[in-house]
Parts: sequence; C-alpha cells; structure tokens
Amino acid sequence: MKHGSKGETRKIIKQLAGLFLAFFKLGLFTIGGGYAMIPQMQQIAVTEHHWLTEEEVVDCIAVSQSLPGIIAINMATYIGRKLHGFRGAVAATVGVVLPSFIIISLAVLVLGTIGDNPWVAGAFTGVKAAICGLILVSAVRLGRQVLRTPFQWVLMIAAFAAIGFFGINAVWVILVAAILGIIYTASRKGVR
Amino acid sequence: MGFVNLFLAFVRIGLFGFGGGLAMLPLIYQSVQQFGFMPLEEFSDLLALSQVTPGPIAVNAATYVGLHFAGLPGAAVATFGVVLPEFIIMMIVCRFLDRFRENPLVEGAFTGIRPVTIGLLGAAVIFVSEGVLVHGPLISRALVTAGLDYYNLIAIGIAAVTVLLMTALKMKPVRVMLLMAAVGAVCGGMGIL
Repeated sequence: MKHGSKGETRKIIKQLAGLFLAFFKLGLFTIGGGYAMIPQMQQIAVTEHHWLTEEEVVDCIAVSQSLPGIIAINMATYIGRKLHGFRGAVAATVGVVLPSFIIISLAVLVLGTIGDNPWVAGAFTGVKAAICGLILVSAVRLGRQVLRTPFQWVLMIAAFAAIGFFGINAVWVILVAAILGIIYTASRKGVR
Repeated sequence: MGFVNLFLAFVRIGLFGFGGGLAMLPLIYQSVQQFGFMPLEEFSDLLALSQVTPGPIAVNAATYVGLHFAGLPGAAVATFGVVLPEFIIMMIVCRFLDRFRENPLVEGAFTGIRPVTIGLLGAAVIFVSEGVLVHGPLISRALVTAGLDYYNLIAIGIAAVTVLLMTALKMKPVRVMLLMAAVGAVCGGMGIL
C-alpha cells in the first residue's frame, strides 16, 4: 500500500502524541526526584512499547546523570530525540514538564497549600515508600543486563559505596569509571 | 527587565545544577535572594510543596518562584528557562554520541559507566528511603541505638510489599504507586503513618 504524504503526517502526529502522553504520565508519577521515574520508564519504554532495550535505558540514565540539570528533563530529551529527532525531544520534554507546571499552579492559585492535610501527606509517604522498592527492583533488573564481567561488578560495588556511603559526587565517580572503562577495554584488545 | 532576570537566573540554575533535584535548591535559594523574586520566608513553603507534589523538584520550584514573581507568565518564563539548557546540551551530546558510538574510546567509557549507573540506582534507594523508611539518615548508628521508633514500620512494610508485587505478580509500577498512595492516605488519616 502506498502512503500518501497526508497519511504519513498523520502517522507522525500520532507517534508524537503517544510520546507526549507517555512522558506526561511519567511526569505525573515522578515523586521525590528523577530516579523515581526510572521504574516506570522501563515499563513504558521497554515492556509496553519496545522503544528501547534495557541496555539503552541504562545508557540513557548514564548520559542523563553525567550532564548538568534536571535528570528527568535529560532523560525525556534523550529518549524523545532517539525516537523522533528534534520533534520527539520537544514532545517528550514538554510532556514531562507539564504535570508539574499544572499541579504547582493549581496548588498555589487555587488551594493555597496542600502539604498539611494528613491524608494527602500519608498518600505521599505511601508513594515514596513504594518508590524505594520500585527503584530496588529496577536496579536488580537492569543490573542483570549490564553486569557481565568481574570488572563491571567491582565498578558497580565501588560506585555504590562511593556515592551511597561516602557521599562522593556522582559526576566524579562517572568520570573515573569512564577512564577505567577505556583502559580496561584497550588492555583487553591488546591481549587479544 | 524583571522577566529577563527571571529567565536568565533559571537558565543558570539549569546549566550549573549538577545532580538534579535537592542538589539544585541552594542555587535556587541564592537566585531568589539575589534578585528578590519572592519573599525568602516563602522558601520553606516552596520546599514543602515541591517535595509533596509530583514532578522534578527543580521544575516545581521554577514554576512556584515564577508564579510568585509574575503570575502564570512568570511561571512559564522560569520553567522554560530551567528546562532550556538541559535540552540544548542533551541534543548536542546525543548528536556527538551518535557519530562516535562505534569509537573504541566511547565504547570503553560506556563499559565503565554502565555498572556505575547500577551502583547509582542502589545509592538512590538509600537516599529515597531516608526520612521515609527511617526518621533520619539510613547509614547511621541510630539504626541500632535509637530503637524501634527510628523505623517507620508501615513505610518499610509498603516498600517490602511493593517489591513482592513487582517481582511475584509483575504488577505495573503505576498501579503499585496508586495502591500504596491509598494505603498511605488511610494510614495517614488514621494518624499512624
């Protein structure tokens, strides 16, 4: 079947709308920082739509964490661009920002403040507790895909300890790991 | 002039805020102080609201500060400002990565960075659980010395059930979160959470 340009345009608009909606949903359920987005991103981008592989999700997190700014925005731009170039990046980024914008505006302009209500506060504590478990499950699932050699296991444990226990800035840890990775890969090729 | 200052201040926050979220709040505080976008007493309200509403904390903060400065147009300007640097930088970096994906240096770097990302997620579990699963830092002597009061047992139960629902029942993350929001709301309403 031949695609007319009209059908083609409609298809692209449909895809961009899908991307926008997916990231709108992600923005809506990102509570307490960008990492809360990851379990759901896995669900939507890998399991449901097959937009990315698990390894590509890890790459997206790695690049997003290495660059300045808001991690959620970085991830939206990365995935949007990967799927549909500039237009995709715009659709995903606007999608992930819009829920915050709407909710904060409503909270300030209409409600005053909502943090004091015990039911609302309880709901947020419940979600945050759930997110602890969700991120743990994500880490294990992604780790299974990524950790293939003893070298990578050592790096993972060292990074966990450096960031989680000693509070070292993640940017430095990533830089050091990148250099070690280059040396390791080069030396392996030298042996072969 | 006010709108230009507001825009540039949030561009700067997006550009130099490494680590996202809470790590960017000091930068936001300094900008509010420097330009007087809103009374500083309001900053604690901003903090509370940004953390209990969904969305990236820095976007929430930008919208909040912008609203107080100049209503909805202000909110739009500040939010656009805080998002723009990430968007541009990411577009450039991805173009670079696409071109050099096969390069042995880039490939080697990713061999090292991928495991770190997993470690980072593990560390994120620690950060997220602080103040939620326990009333204070997770890595501390208080875990042993402070007794049961230090633990939020209901929150720990919610986290444990979440892991179970995700792995054994393969439930979707959104449904788990909605379910736990309901559980949390009921517990909060009864004053036990």
